[in-house]
Amino acid sequence: MTLSDPGIYAYSPYNDRPRITWPNGARVAFWVAPNIEFYETHPPANPVRQDMSRPAPDVAFYAHRDYGNRVGVWRMMEAMDRYGVRGSVSLNVAVCDHHPEIIEACVERGWELFSHGVYNTRYQYGMSEAQHRALIEDAIETIDKASGQKLAGWLSPALSNTEQTLDLLAEYGVLYTCDLFHDDQPQPVKVERGRLISIPYSLEMNDIVVYHQINSSPPRQYTEVIKRQFDQLYEEGAENGTVMCIPLHPFLVGQPHRVGPFAEALEYITGHDDVWVTTGREIAEYYFEHHYDAVVAAQSAAGE
Amino acid sequence: MSLPDDYLVYPIRGYGMDHDRYGWDILFRRKPVEWPGGARVALWITPLLQWFPMDMETRPVAPPGGFNRPYPDYRNYSHRDYSLRVGIFRFFRLFDELGIKASAAMNSAVGERYPVVVDEINRRSWEVIAHGAHMGRMHYGGMDEKLEAERVESCIRSLRETTGQPVRGWLSIGKSESDNTPDLLAANGIEYQCDWCNDDMPYRFRTRNGDLFAMPHTVELDDREALLRFHHREAEFVQQIKDQFDVLHAEAERYGGRILSISLHPWVMGHPYRIGYLREALEYVLGHDGVWPATGAEILDACKEQA
Repeated sequence: MTLSDPGIYAYSPYNDRPRITWPNGARVAFWVAPNIEFYETHPPANPVRQDMSRPAPDVAFYAHRDYGNRVGVWRMMEAMDRYGVRGSVSLNVAVCDHHPEIIEACVERGWELFSHGVYNTRYQYGMSEAQHRALIEDAIETIDKASGQKLAGWLSPALSNTEQTLDLLAEYGVLYTCDLFHDDQPQPVKVERGRLISIPYSLEMNDIVVYHQINSSPPRQYTEVIKRQFDQLYEEGAENGTVMCIPLHPFLVGQPHRVGPFAEALEYITGHDDVWVTTGREIAEYYFEHHYDAVVAAQSAAGE
Repeated sequence: MSLPDDYLVYPIRGYGMDHDRYGWDILFRRKPVEWPGGARVALWITPLLQWFPMDMETRPVAPPGGFNRPYPDYRNYSHRDYSLRVGIFRFFRLFDELGIKASAAMNSAVGERYPVVVDEINRRSWEVIAHGAHMGRMHYGGMDEKLEAERVESCIRSLRETTGQPVRGWLSIGKSESDNTPDLLAANGIEYQCDWCNDDMPYRFRTRNGDLFAMPHTVELDDREALLRFHHREAEFVQQIKDQFDVLHAEAERYGGRILSISLHPWVMGHPYRIGYLREALEYVLGHDGVWPATGAEILDACKEQA
């Protein structure tokens, strides 16, 4: 790792890779990752990043996000239920304490819970190793207690990366990170000890990026974007299996005017044969069992 | 760069919210609300009537639609002022034709400076909601409590005087509040505020001076947000209103009455090329059974009876 280049994965050109296959000959592993979050009204200051655009309480910011838990998540769940799509929840684990009803609804549906930190207003920036370990241990214990699940995935809260995060995740037996956006297939991550992979999570398909941050797209444009992304990955997946993720924020996609067009996108994707509708954990476990060693060997042979 | 140890201490981590303004309450697990006449969807339209002084405060929080070109910024001042000379009159005519009584969220400066508009509002029995003094007077976190108390009191007093209305609702400019705003509103006889956009239905909201209701004033179906901030095309905005309505209308059958809130600026939607799009959206909504065009106060009263 240098200040210029993270050095955390091999360069591996898309046209020269071991073939990735998915169960039952599927071309695309499709997963949906709702971010179920809790923002504090008065978060503590972090030296690196301000939380909200206005001084606390940023009511418009806070309340808009709170909509996700009171209203949006329930509408989003119903749409996903209709098409048999389980969520892999990027979870601020404090939601287990604040809103256990949401967690119960996820567990009932067989959804996966993975860690998105404790609160979305507590960043990893500036954490000592001991603090970072405490954060990871909190996530492992809280998710285990709330669901009986062993923590498998990690998305840094508010994508607040640190140099130590990936190494620590591998040490604690976490299988995959969602923090890297460099590929359309899972990739091995170079960690000090143990094994870790990245799974495509996608900024481009992320509802908050499409609706708000960069593309400012209306709901039906998001549907179009999702369909086109899927069509291309489906075509390419016939040669070499791909992953498609839709990251969501219930406070946005669960608004009445957005949920219908989003459901249409799910209907489109799940209406295809040879799509593995799955979760982050299942993708990671399958990849470790069938592909990880071959991919690492090929990358090593290429001098990476 | 290191973090203090208490960065990983979470004193408010427990069941419910991290503040005591309202309880944690899932929309779909509540007792259904019934609207008058068995309506399914209340149509609540809030035209925002705003005055942007050229020397507005833009710190620490800039007002939405605010501007800061070199003095004198006739370009933006006059563009916003279109609202009260032309745009609102297009709204009056359209809403009259469609039988819609709106709730105008009004800066108190508008009541003072544009009595003709006030007369037109009162003639139609539209409701007036308080919307701060003017667009250079944002409320914000950390604001001096005494200063804010004066501003809240004088705004509401002025609007009651100029409009002759009770003024029961409040919408903060940009939905921006301090920690004290709700308490100050309740102390001034406000019954509902429109800032906490975390729900699709009204709910009880606690203050130091008695309860308010939070009304689900939209943060999404707002012409300035959709057209100017996100650069959606007018037809796309219309589609969003239709899609919003369809979901709420369908939900009402299972979960009780719903509210379609639409927030409009006459300086945005009141232009000649846009007003026809607004007509299309509203005609679509009103073309369905079970739509109740209502003011915020009427919606509040219906909810209070059942609370």
